Amino acid sequence: MMEMVLYAGAVGLLVIGIAGLVLSHHLFRQVLALVIAEAGANLLLLLAGYRFGGEAPIWSEGSFPSVMVDPVPQAMVLTAIVIGVGIQALAIALLIRVRQQTGTLDREQAVIEMREALDQELGRFSTAPKPRSQYAPKGERPLYPVVEEGQDAR
Amino acid sequence: MSREQRSLEWTPLLFSGGLAFLLFTLFIATMFGEPPMRAGAMIQQAGGVELGAANLVTAVVLGYRGLDTLGELAILFASATAVGLVLSTQNGESDKQASVFPDKIFLGEIFESASRLLMPLLLLLGFYIIIHGHLTPGGGFQGGVILAIALFLPALARSGEIPLNHATIRLVEGGAGTLFILIGLMALMQGESFLQPLLQPGEIGALFSAGSLPLLYLAVGLKVGAELAALLVHLSGESA
Amino acid sequence: MVESIESWIALLLVGVMLSAALVALLSRSHLVAVVSVSVLSLGLTLLFVLLKAPDVAMTEGVVGAGLSSLILALALSRLGLLRSTKAGATDE
Repeated sequence: MMEMVLYAGAVGLLVIGIAGLVLSHHLFRQVLALVIAEAGANLLLLLAGYRFGGEAPIWSEGSFPSVMVDPVPQAMVLTAIVIGVGIQALAIALLIRVRQQTGTLDREQAVIEMREALDQELGRFSTAPKPRSQYAPKGERPLYPVVEEGQDAR
Repeated sequence: MSREQRSLEWTPLLFSGGLAFLLFTLFIATMFGEPPMRAGAMIQQAGGVELGAANLVTAVVLGYRGLDTLGELAILFASATAVGLVLSTQNGESDKQASVFPDKIFLGEIFESASRLLMPLLLLLGFYIIIHGHLTPGGGFQGGVILAIALFLPALARSGEIPLNHATIRLVEGGAGTLFILIGLMALMQGESFLQPLLQPGEIGALFSAGSLPLLYLAVGLKVGAELAALLVHLSGESA
Repeated sequence: MVESIESWIALLLVGVMLSAALVALLSRSHLVAVVSVSVLSLGLTLLFVLLKAPDVAMTEGVVGAGLSSLILALALSRLGLLRSTKAGATDE
């Protein structure tokens, strides 16, 4: 029962994190989903080194336990947690910059704003088809005058 | 998010459900509780005797996998530098508004006194955990994070008053990184491999044991603490 | 360890962690989301203690429940998400 519960927890956290990363439309929620997925991955890695009846891998006064859990995954998880917080801070910094530049934290909206800013900076309209979000209102105003005929008809 | 958009999202949900099923069946098939890895058992037998560290996790982090720790410090350094690079405001646009602490307000006597009282205690706890890293649970990473939080505590409690300036933090960080690499290079000069533990292992359980591992952990702790403190200062928008 | 008290504690902790993860992604308020991520880190810390990994538990407690929450709270303040708690989770 124990291993079923623990594996369910680890895999559940990993999958909830990945699903949130894919499904969420808010950039801050995506960072939170990344943190959750990271927690699940750490737990999964640590479970690989567990040993039934094992003691913590520390030799204390007078007792030298014969059965200990594996210290190598623990060392790897130790470094992974500290790296994770650095990645998280970097993601937050990028989010702060995105909000300063585009004024929004929605995923599709930020992409559209950034592409428009890039197009304006390049000083020309891009010849590629417009990056139209599937949630954007269709055909409200013709932003791109240089289109082939029939493209705007629908 | 309106209602008709939610109906489009069953494909990712199906994907994540399938992923959960796949991972679950994969890991249920592995042996839980009896890990087949040989390296862990060998380290358990030899680690204490070879390195003199009572904490075998420390023996792995600094002794057997010291190069990985150096790479991890490099990643942390890169991310802290990238945070500073991304958030640096050259044109100084609305610096006052960007800060978390817009004006220096008085938060109350309890906050002031408690922060003044807690900061030395937290620093002491951080150094204690770093120095006893080879004996008890703890070490450079944990103690370094505690140091960073202790350095950032006055900024939280006294509304944006950073006790250290950037030059000091950068000096500590660079010095600690150099110390880590120098210890590794000293092993190289004595004919050993890079980051091989030096000095005598000593008696297991004594404070001055485990050779050069406490020195390495001290370097790691100072570097992690300085980097995370600089990162917090950058994220809070202060220009200290 | 089968059917012992540790199994039940692990079951409780896993339940708390999974529900905290769901709350973090589904709640409307960003502040509630950050707090539940901290709760998840705390549960993970206790689970690491249960799995005989005191070093990792200490790191997770200090980093996950302390520093990470501080960074996320600073991010809430910097991103201006604290005041718009009444609006939906997907609004700016």
